[in-house]
Amino acid sequence: MAQRAQPIIGKTGIIAGGFVLAVVLLAFLGIGLRADVGRGLGPAEWAAIRFTLLQSALSALISVACAIPLARALARRRFIGRGVLITLLGAPFILPVIVAVLGLLTVFGRSGWANVALEAVGLPSISIYGLHGVVLAHVFFNLPLATRLLLQGWQSIPAERFRLAAQLDLPPKMIQRTLELPLLLQIAPGATALIFVICLTSFAVALTLGGGPRATTIELAIYQAFRFDFDLSRAALLSFIQLGLAGGAALVALWIIPNIPVSAGLDRELRRWDARGGFQRLHDSAVITLGSAFLLLPLFAIVLAGLQGLPQMPTGVWRTAGNSLGVALLSIAVLLIIALPMAGWIASRRAGGAEAIGLIGLSASPLMIGTGWFILINPIADPVPLALPVTALINALMALPFALRILVPPMRDVLSTYDRISRSLGLAGWSAWRWLVLPRLRAQIGFTAGLTGALSVGDLGVIALFADPDRATLPLQMYRLMGAYRTEAAAGAALLLLAMALGLFWICDKGGRWRAEA
Amino acid sequence: MRRTLLATTLLLATQAGADTPVLTVYAGDYFTSEWGPGPMIETGFEEICGCDLQFATGDLLPRLLLEGERTKADVVIGLTSDVTAKARETGLFAPHGQDNSALTLPIEWTDDTFLPFNYGHTAFIYNETTMDAPPASFADLLDMPDDVKIVIQDPRTSISGLALVLWVQAVYGEEAGDVWSKLAPKILTVTKDWSASYGMFTDGEVDMVLSYTTSPAYHMFAEEDFTKKAAIFPEGHYFMVETVGKIAQTDQPELADAFMAYVLSNDFQRMIPTANWSLPSALPADQWPEGWAQLPLPEKVLFYSEDEAAALKDQAVETWRNALSQ
Repeated sequence: MAQRAQPIIGKTGIIAGGFVLAVVLLAFLGIGLRADVGRGLGPAEWAAIRFTLLQSALSALISVACAIPLARALARRRFIGRGVLITLLGAPFILPVIVAVLGLLTVFGRSGWANVALEAVGLPSISIYGLHGVVLAHVFFNLPLATRLLLQGWQSIPAERFRLAAQLDLPPKMIQRTLELPLLLQIAPGATALIFVICLTSFAVALTLGGGPRATTIELAIYQAFRFDFDLSRAALLSFIQLGLAGGAALVALWIIPNIPVSAGLDRELRRWDARGGFQRLHDSAVITLGSAFLLLPLFAIVLAGLQGLPQMPTGVWRTAGNSLGVALLSIAVLLIIALPMAGWIASRRAGGAEAIGLIGLSASPLMIGTGWFILINPIADPVPLALPVTALINALMALPFALRILVPPMRDVLSTYDRISRSLGLAGWSAWRWLVLPRLRAQIGFTAGLTGALSVGDLGVIALFADPDRATLPLQMYRLMGAYRTEAAAGAALLLLAMALGLFWICDKGGRWRAEA
Repeated sequence: MRRTLLATTLLLATQAGADTPVLTVYAGDYFTSEWGPGPMIETGFEEICGCDLQFATGDLLPRLLLEGERTKADVVIGLTSDVTAKARETGLFAPHGQDNSALTLPIEWTDDTFLPFNYGHTAFIYNETTMDAPPASFADLLDMPDDVKIVIQDPRTSISGLALVLWVQAVYGEEAGDVWSKLAPKILTVTKDWSASYGMFTDGEVDMVLSYTTSPAYHMFAEEDFTKKAAIFPEGHYFMVETVGKIAQTDQPELADAFMAYVLSNDFQRMIPTANWSLPSALPADQWPEGWAQLPLPEKVLFYSEDEAAALKDQAVETWRNALSQ
């Protein structure tokens, strides 16, 4: 009877994964039903594919490379306001694109703060427009995500390890090799793949900061095919290519992730005896200061502009804020129902390739999924009342890969550490979730819920395709204000959006860590 | 008084419930926000029609194309002239039934399906306090020093961006490619939509922005800011129009006809300037709201018919893309 034992959890995860696949594939089917044979791909589309690959790869690599020192510095320092700083550093990730771009331009633009400062000391000015601008913006968006993913990893190293290392008087180099490197190998490839996929679907940022049509991405071509040429077959073809690139990246990254069992500690407070030296202290302070300046200054610019605009905000904005909150809460619920079983399923498998399923919701353009489902629903029912639930579902799918990236590694640890004792106690299925997994993953679940809520609040989503006047969300209302010359009121709405997203994130994140070790 | 009337109408509308006929009007997304023209149009029309006007907003043409015969729209308002060809192809629209001679557009309008309700022209907007020597012609614009920076919209994703490409085509024809090459160093960047461009302009990131001849009116009349100006070029400006169309298989044909007539009424036309920040399609300039007739407007107006535009569009966009990708 050498049969491999059944995993203690995992069956429902297959259903959840199947559901995600079905949502995306049925959307493609919907498009396929209506697509005529359009023109194929021309040189412009191929140029878009090349540029998309280049900027995504650069953005992903640089984001993760910058995140490593920042996460390490944050992991080994304790200072007043650290918790608040970490929450604030997460903000760029959830900002609506147009808000973030204007914030970045206030700092790095032609007449931005950086150039004013450079001019004051007699240095030549910098231009943000070009490939480097695209990468800079994408690092701004994604450095927070990479930092948080790595920080979670660092905090998952049991405190006993560092205590032991200190007792053995290991030099910092050795600690890096024995404790930190395995961790990086486990987290960095997945984080890089994830950011690569996020950047694949970027388009307004890439175009604006790329300085023109040189910076055309696949997503722009999809948008053009849908909205301007109404060439559904070309849109579907481009979406498939985008999906393929994302899937390829995900498979490469996730299959090479080594499965490193980390034995559990006693959840003591983390103390780093190895990092007490003056040089390291100075180095960490410099990294934290630089990273914070880069991430917080544009945020500060958004807050400044928003404060001026708040009094001019029409009252209707508040109603749309209510809609957005509803969508966000629904997204969180949907996400947790899908992500937890999927994470359990993936974590109990040896290879991580299944996590790629999680990425398809993000890499298939939301416009594409929304349109596909509109076509499917329309003959049966009126799609308009379903606009908000569908938006919530699509937002949840977009957040799924982040959720999996956050949940799978600790889930893997819990399952491998407690596998034997669970079996001998007969703990499986729901009771394994209830007594073993959920309590130990509280912090990560809170983080995931917060991230999903915040992303959902900030995302324009598919609502723009078929919103009716009463179902507008806050980002849509903000775009409407901008479209009606009310730039200042729109800045106010952007500030409200930022506050809501951060608030939601903070409450969920804090709730998850409440009375637990941070 | 007006407010009580509105409240009573709303009350009656809810009480009357199923007995009141409903006219469903599809409109562009911006239309129905509290500062857009939608609410005023709804109140105005319901006062005379004994009906309930309901707006449905969203992405107009894609939604219509997706819905096809199943569309619930009776009337569609907000289709721009660059999409009317596609809209016409659907066969969903009926003749508008109004007299085109009532129109006061700067061009002749003969289309009997799509009825214009407002118009404007493409133009570059500048701030006169920061720009000493604004260009006096398109040729001037091309000869400006390269450190003068402008922002434009992408013709592949934005209607105003497409209008600019057609504008250049209409003025320069075969030389469009060279014109774009000359303009390229001055184009700081290209944005997905008008909003992002205009935000960059009001934030002071660029000297000039591609927008409309009517943009200064917003600053003048809503903000009392008289520093934003449209540069008027003798070569002419490209004409942009928004139209309204009637769905052929509407179950409310009389109401739909009444709405089409309402669009040309003085009440409707007088709302357009300040509610939509554009020019009314059927109102002589001497009846525009105070101050509007003084708005500098081009003498020469350029426009491609739907078919001409469709024939030129792809090549013009490709010329633009090639020149700016160098």
